[in-house]
Amino acid sequence: MYSEKVMEHFRHPRNVGEMENPDGTGRVGNPVCGDIMELYIKVKDGVIVDAKFQTFGCGAAIATSSMVTELVKGKTLDEALKISNKTVAEALDGLPANKLHCSVLAEEALQAAIEDYRKKV
Amino acid sequence: MKKLIYLDNNATTPVRPEVVEVMDFCHTECFGNPSTVYSFGRNAKRVMDESREKIARMIDASKDEIVFTSGGTEADNLAVFGIAKANKDKGKHIITSKIEHHAVINSCKALEKDGFEITYLDVDKYGIVNLEQLERTIKKETILISIMHANNEIGTIEPIAEIGKIAKKHKIYFHSDTVQSIGKINVDVKEMNLDMISISSHKLYGPKGIGCLYVKKGTRIKPILYGGEQEHHLRAGTENVPGIAGFGRAMELAVTETDKENKRLTRLRDMLQEGLAKRIMHIIFNGHPTERLPGTLNCAIQFIEGESLILKLDDLGICASTGSACSSASLEPSHVLMAIGLPHEIAHGSLRLSLGRDTTDEDIDYVLDVLPKAVEELRAFSPLYKEFLKKGK
Repeated sequence: MYSEKVMEHFRHPRNVGEMENPDGTGRVGNPVCGDIMELYIKVKDGVIVDAKFQTFGCGAAIATSSMVTELVKGKTLDEALKISNKTVAEALDGLPANKLHCSVLAEEALQAAIEDYRKKV
Repeated sequence: MKKLIYLDNNATTPVRPEVVEVMDFCHTECFGNPSTVYSFGRNAKRVMDESREKIARMIDASKDEIVFTSGGTEADNLAVFGIAKANKDKGKHIITSKIEHHAVINSCKALEKDGFEITYLDVDKYGIVNLEQLERTIKKETILISIMHANNEIGTIEPIAEIGKIAKKHKIYFHSDTVQSIGKINVDVKEMNLDMISISSHKLYGPKGIGCLYVKKGTRIKPILYGGEQEHHLRAGTENVPGIAGFGRAMELAVTETDKENKRLTRLRDMLQEGLAKRIMHIIFNGHPTERLPGTLNCAIQFIEGESLILKLDDLGICASTGSACSSASLEPSHVLMAIGLPHEIAHGSLRLSLGRDTTDEDIDYVLDVLPKAVEELRAFSPLYKEFLKKGK
């Protein structure tokens, strides 16, 4: 049911773990709905220089978290804000229909992390 | 090919070689239509009758009380709709439980739309139905009680003989979905006061697409499929003779071997449970501690989600299942785990390992070796686990 790309990111998630002193943190989802995604970013001169994540969720939730951290690295904050759930799903060669909400969660986590950063500075 | 450790025997089972043998014979040597007059067709009829007799004998019934169906789901549908149709003049109230298989629950829900009243009995934290509530909700319009013998997800065994007594006292038809229990524990329709039971062949090492409903003589029931006069006018359609023959053989073997296999599986299951309890912290075991199917182990592993664990186990060659919402098309958590009172976040981490005939000591050792590591890997990046650890400090 999952694409090879999803499985690859699930098996070998990129940028996994907690970040020390992140410049921005985004946490979305709740345990009742099923997935919790925490995304951390490091920003330098308006560019996301590093991103990491921690996720409680299914295979798709883990893969979308991994993919979104890959996609944002090196992007300016404005560029990063343009990354949509569709971008994430497409980068993973698609997601099953009932798992599309996982990519929405990834988009929301990213937006929340950027918002958190902008509030701080 | 890497070794496959199949621990999903409550979902389906492999067909035994002895069963394949009789089915092959039917496919090639005995393919006639059992409704025909010539001797070749009568051979098929004879094979079918023999199988019917075997199945009846295994549950202490007689052969004209066995109605072959396409499987457990159809048997459940026939019981619920068949009794509803034939007895609606007496009343339109049915009692079932919150943890039934969807074949029963969704049949009842469909009847609700047709004006029937359904009581879904509560269960306790182990999944045992509330007998007081059962007695309390019985009324003169009650026409059917349908309670499963053993639950497919958590393995809890219901007090069927006691429910049978209550049903008999109130003269209400009693149906039990015994799809998970036949071949694993003893089922006797007379001792348990059962009017109907559903059996599925593929759960007991027989072929898929065949099962039966036992219907006690004298039961007022109507068919749900119309056509020919097969199966005592209760189930139209040319009989699946190879399936029936395979089912009969599988049932005979499974029931004959029940006691021996029950002991073997209980030992392996307990070994697995004790091993997991020792190796994994924050694990909850679901289902009744003793009144439980021998090969069923259902647990909830906290701070991780079930589907991701199933995928990890798949990579390790282990087949298992979960009641997590994330693994269902509807994104709803298992109704059984909700009914026993598990919070959503705990149900998300549920894992069912169901052992079977092919499960060995080595398989259990392997699972005990790799499963804790898989859990650890997933917990390593679980924000819930991180918070739990921080709180602890």
